[in-house]
Amino acid sequence: MSAAIKVENLSKAYQLGQIGTGTISRDIERWYAKLRGKEDPFLRIGEINDQNTKSESDIVWSLRDINFEIEQGDAVGIIGRNGAGKSTLLKILSRITSPTTGKISGKGRIASLLEVGTGFHPELSGRENIFLNGAILGMRKKEIVRKLDEIVDFAGIERYLDTPVKRYSSGMYVRLAFAVAAHLESEILIVDEVLAVGDAEFQKKCLGKMDEVSKGQGRTVLFVSHNMDAVMNLCKNGIVLNSGKSEFVGNIHDCIEYYQNSGLNSIDNWVTKKNLHRPHFTSIKYQISGTQPDLVLTISFKTSSASKNPAAFVVFGIKSSLGGTIMEAVPSLQPFIQFNGGETSYSCEIKLTGFIPGTYFIYAWLGASEAENYDWQDNILSFEVTLPPMAERTFPYSARTGFLVAQSKLI
Amino acid sequence: MNNVTPNWIIEPKSSLIDLKLKEVWEYRDLLGLLVRRDFVSFYKQTILGPLWFFIQPLFTTIIFTFIFGNLAGISTDGLPKPLFYMAGITAWNYFADCLTKTSTVFKDNANIFGKVYFPRLIMPLSIVVSNLVRFGVQMILFIAFMCYYYFTGTHFQISWAILLFPYILILMALLGLGTGMIISAMTTKYRDLAFLVGFGVQLLMYATTVIYPLSEVEKKYPSYSWAIEYNPMTSIIETFRYGFLGEGSFNWESLGYASGVTFILLLIGIVVFNKVEKNFVDTV
Repeated sequence: MSAAIKVENLSKAYQLGQIGTGTISRDIERWYAKLRGKEDPFLRIGEINDQNTKSESDIVWSLRDINFEIEQGDAVGIIGRNGAGKSTLLKILSRITSPTTGKISGKGRIASLLEVGTGFHPELSGRENIFLNGAILGMRKKEIVRKLDEIVDFAGIERYLDTPVKRYSSGMYVRLAFAVAAHLESEILIVDEVLAVGDAEFQKKCLGKMDEVSKGQGRTVLFVSHNMDAVMNLCKNGIVLNSGKSEFVGNIHDCIEYYQNSGLNSIDNWVTKKNLHRPHFTSIKYQISGTQPDLVLTISFKTSSASKNPAAFVVFGIKSSLGGTIMEAVPSLQPFIQFNGGETSYSCEIKLTGFIPGTYFIYAWLGASEAENYDWQDNILSFEVTLPPMAERTFPYSARTGFLVAQSKLI
Repeated sequence: MNNVTPNWIIEPKSSLIDLKLKEVWEYRDLLGLLVRRDFVSFYKQTILGPLWFFIQPLFTTIIFTFIFGNLAGISTDGLPKPLFYMAGITAWNYFADCLTKTSTVFKDNANIFGKVYFPRLIMPLSIVVSNLVRFGVQMILFIAFMCYYYFTGTHFQISWAILLFPYILILMALLGLGTGMIISAMTTKYRDLAFLVGFGVQLLMYATTVIYPLSEVEKKYPSYSWAIEYNPMTSIIETFRYGFLGEGSFNWESLGYASGVTFILLLIGIVVFNKVEKNFVDTV
C-alpha cells in the first residue's frame, strides 16, 4: 500500500472583512515585501480561526499545519464543526484554491464532488447536460458515451432525456447530477455533503454507490458530512478538524467518539458583571459519555459568593436548537450549596434518553428557592449529538416528531 | 481513462508562465461542449433562432450608414457605405466580444470555478472559439453584401492582402483574449474595472477606424493621427478592409506593431491570469 494523498504542513489564510477599499495600498506593500524576499507583512499577525471571538487582525488561518497521509483504497471521513476547515481542505485538495503554505502530493486522478450539477445549463436537455457536466468533471467524451446508459439508468430519467433540465423536478435534477458524478472514473473521490439532497431512498442509493466505489473498486474516498451515520458506514478512518487544526486522526469510531466529547464543553473564570456578593457560578464544564440512547451528561460546576447567603440548589436545563426547553434536571431538591465565602465545586450526572442528532444548549440556574434566584445563565454551553438513538432506523429524524425518541419494546 | 496514474503536487506557488497546455488539451472535449452550449443556449426558445446573429450587424450597418455616412458625411474612401461599415463592424465586433466576455470570465463563472477544477484557461478559450462561430456567421453576411455590390457593378477590388485574413483573425482573437484576461484577473479584486470595460470598449471603437478611414484622420488631423495609429486594432481593421475591399492604409510596419502589442498583452494576460486563477475563489 502506498500513500494516495500526502499532506504536509498545509495552511490556508483568509482575509476577513471588506476586500476593496484600501487594498491597493496593501497590495503594493505586500508586493514590495515579496520583492525584497520578505514574508507577507499581513500574514504574520494571523491567528487561529475561532468564529466566536472577535479578532485583532484581519487575517484568519482557516487551516493551520495540517499533516496526514491517506493510503490507497482507504475511505476517510473528515469531521468537525462548521468552520473547522473541512470545506477549505476539500477545496485545496480539489485545486479550487491554493494553499498559503505547505504541500500536497498524490497519485491518481482526483474527482471532486463539492456540489452536484455544477455547470448544468437549464436550457440544455438532460443528454446535453450529461455530456457538459461530465466534461467539466474531467471525463472524456468517449468515456461518457460508454457510460451514458448506465448514468441514465441510475438517475431513472430515461423518458426525459431530451427535455431541457429546467423542466425537471428538483428530485430528477439532483438524481441526474449525482448519477453523472458517480460514474466518474477516478482513483480518488472527494465528496462534500452532497447527500444532503434528495429523498431518503435516493440518499441510500447514493451511499450504496459510494460504498461500492470505496470497497468494491478499491478507490480512495474522502468524505465530509455531518451525517455521522453515513460517515461511520462508509469510512474506515477519520480525521477530526477543529479550528483549522487536525486534532485527531485514527479509526472512524474513535474519531466520532472524540468529536462528540470535544468542543466547547467548558466555561471557566468568566467575569460576571453582576453583584459578586450574590452567589454565582464561576465555572461550568460538561462531559458526555456512554452511547446512544443511554448518553450521560456529567456537569461539574463551581459557585462562589463574597458574602453569606442562604443555601442554594441548582437546576440544569437542556434546550433544543429551536429554543424550547426539552428537559430540566434538578439533582437535589434540598439546598445543598452553602455560601461561606470562597469557591466550592460540585458535580452532577444527568441521564439523557434517546436524543435525535442535533445541537443542544444548556442553561444553569442557581437559587435558594423558587422565589429567590441568584444566578441564571442561559445557553452557556452547547453540545452536539451526532449519532442517532436507533442505529438501524432508516427513516429520518426531524424536530417535527420530537427531540427525544422514547425507549420502547414489544411485550 | 489512461492507465498511467499521474502524480501531482499542490503547492502555493507555481512558475510565472505555466500554461498547462497539456492539461488544456486533455480537456479539449469540454472546450467543444462549452462552445456548443453557448451556441445552443443562445437561440433556444427564440423564433428567429440563429438569424439573430445577422440582425445585430445588419441594423448597426444601417444606422451607421444613415448617421455617419449620410448625416455626418464622413468619407468612406470611395467604397459603398454599407460595405465599408460592415467590414469595420464585423471585425470590431469579434474583438469587442472576445474582450468583454473574457473580461468577466471569473465573475461569470465564479460558481463553477468554486466547485470544480479544470484548467481555467478553457473558459476564455471557449469564449474566443464560440465568438469565432458568431464571427463566421457574420462573415457570411459580409460576403453576401460583397457579392451584391459586385454584381450590381460597384467598384471595389479584393487585394492580395486577403491572404493575411487568417493571420489578422488570430491577431484579433489573441488581442481580445490577452486584454480580456488582464482585465478579468484584475476585476476579481477591483470591481471598478468591470464598469470601465462597458463603456471603454464603446469609446475605443471611436478611436479605431470602424466608422472612418485612417486616411481621413491623416488628412484632417495630421498632428493627432498618431493616437489612432497607436491603437493596434486600427491596423488590423485597415488590413481587413484593404484585403477584402482594396481600400485602406496597409503597411507592414503597423501590422508588425499590432502583432508586437498583441504578443506583449497576451503574455501579461497569461501571467496575471495564471496568478489569479489559483486563489480568485477567495476574493471574488
